[in-house]
Amino acid sequence: MELNRTAIAAAVAATVLANVANATQDEIQALKQQLEQQQAQLDALTDALESNRNSGSDGWWADTSFGGYAELHYNNINSQQSSKDTVELDLHRFVLFFGHRFNDKVSFFSELEVEHTVAGEGKNGEVEVEQAFIKYQYADNHSAKAGVFLVPVGILNEVHEPDTFYGVERNNVEKNIIPTTWWEGGVMASGEMFTGVSYDASVSSGLYLDAADGDFKVRDGRQKASEANATDMAYTARIVWNGMPGVQVGFTGQYNTDLLQGDVVGSVKDVDALLLETHVDLRKGPIGLRALYATWDIDSALDDIAAGASEQTGWYVEPSYKFSEKVGVFARYSQWDNQAADDDVDSNYEQMDVGINYWLVDTVALKADVQKTNEPGNTKEGFNLGIGWSF
Amino acid sequence: MKFFKLILVTYLLCWAGPGLPEQVYHTKDSFLAMAFPGGQPNTGVVWLTSQRKLDAEELLGHSPSELRIRYWSLNGRSAWILDKIGKEQPITIGVIVEDAKVEGVEILVYRESRGGEVRHDFFKKQFEGAQLIDNIDLDRNIDGISGATLSVNAVTNVTKWALYLHKQILE
Repeated sequence: MELNRTAIAAAVAATVLANVANATQDEIQALKQQLEQQQAQLDALTDALESNRNSGSDGWWADTSFGGYAELHYNNINSQQSSKDTVELDLHRFVLFFGHRFNDKVSFFSELEVEHTVAGEGKNGEVEVEQAFIKYQYADNHSAKAGVFLVPVGILNEVHEPDTFYGVERNNVEKNIIPTTWWEGGVMASGEMFTGVSYDASVSSGLYLDAADGDFKVRDGRQKASEANATDMAYTARIVWNGMPGVQVGFTGQYNTDLLQGDVVGSVKDVDALLLETHVDLRKGPIGLRALYATWDIDSALDDIAAGASEQTGWYVEPSYKFSEKVGVFARYSQWDNQAADDDVDSNYEQMDVGINYWLVDTVALKADVQKTNEPGNTKEGFNLGIGWSF
Repeated sequence: MKFFKLILVTYLLCWAGPGLPEQVYHTKDSFLAMAFPGGQPNTGVVWLTSQRKLDAEELLGHSPSELRIRYWSLNGRSAWILDKIGKEQPITIGVIVEDAKVEGVEILVYRESRGGEVRHDFFKKQFEGAQLIDNIDLDRNIDGISGATLSVNAVTNVTKWALYLHKQILE
């Protein structure tokens, strides 16, 4: 009798336990299904939320880009001839970039610049459109541009955002010999021929020296695509080797068919000119080195405007060292001469710069440097402070 | 003579043959096939919590607008496909990570007007084996490409961000 009771109790307990186990399994299954449904709902909600967040980027503005850069300079330069002292503060450049991508092949890019803050009659500044071109990507790694573009020459002419170079002011060789910033209107083909070897070839407006007014320096010949005299064009070709990290070697040649654009000044006419430029730009680990040589071989007729002007030459070498991502120091020795064809003319400039860049972030740089310049009949010494940024 | 020069240049501009659509170097599928030659990867997401968005500002240079980042993984290896603007347009970059080290970096789509050299092996190889130190820096210097600084920075930052995200899925 006792045994029967035990057996009945065990059977009841087993039945209860089995029912409990079944109930737990059912609950777990139900919970699992609920969890899956909730996960699906969460995914759907997140998809919808992300879709809504991105819906504002569906318009034309999604393919329109905007950027810019600016640089503020303080110069304190004392000169042997005190009339040439410079103590000034200047928002040297304020630049806005606008670009638009029409489709995968066709895009637009522009650079609008205000120099020295205020432009207008009797003011120091200028408003300039330095770039405005349509780019057509006609094959993989090959494209053509039409419009106003920067001449493919040197290190700074195309990449001159202030956070990308040392020194408060741009170097004087690229300014006076190349002459940076230099833009022309025309057409240009660019691309990559082999791994790390790229080319550019352009036909564009050329330089125009107002020789009747005594202009002879190539920098004075920039027409800035402003109703530019296009009687005689310029032809430019560049090859750049970027075949290993941190190393760039570039060569540019430009032929101007006539720097006078058909003008005849006395017996001076048909002044053709050939620019040859080469540079290296090295950055291996913390060590950097920039070196550039540029020379103009101009028809000797220009010597009748200014003695020795048929050769205009300059070079610089700029070693640098980065202590960290934030801090780098540099030294630069430069030499340039816009009347180099005549040794009897005292026209040679040389300049030494030593300074430091401190990058607050990648594209915001505080700069300081000291400089000494020996120029014809004068010596200048002083320091420069600056801040430059781009975005 | 000038007329003939113009004709010659026009001819050269047109000579390069039929146009191709855009600079797509890998599709998502070809990149994943390269990342996981041994099998089909699982997919997952990393939710971008406020802390991770803060960390992104340091590593990536900006806080992503997404709520989550998708990834693919198999046997401890993960693959990430991430966009980052160099100067104007997003570059689509693929990063493969295993054992908290970079196995490989690939450029899937390049849209910038300058700096496409970052797609070359001589540049990408610098990242192989790279690790994240103190959740902020790579354990090595990456030599740049002159004139392509912004694209180089974009690839470097995305690589750091992918290493960080890989750590998040292990935690």
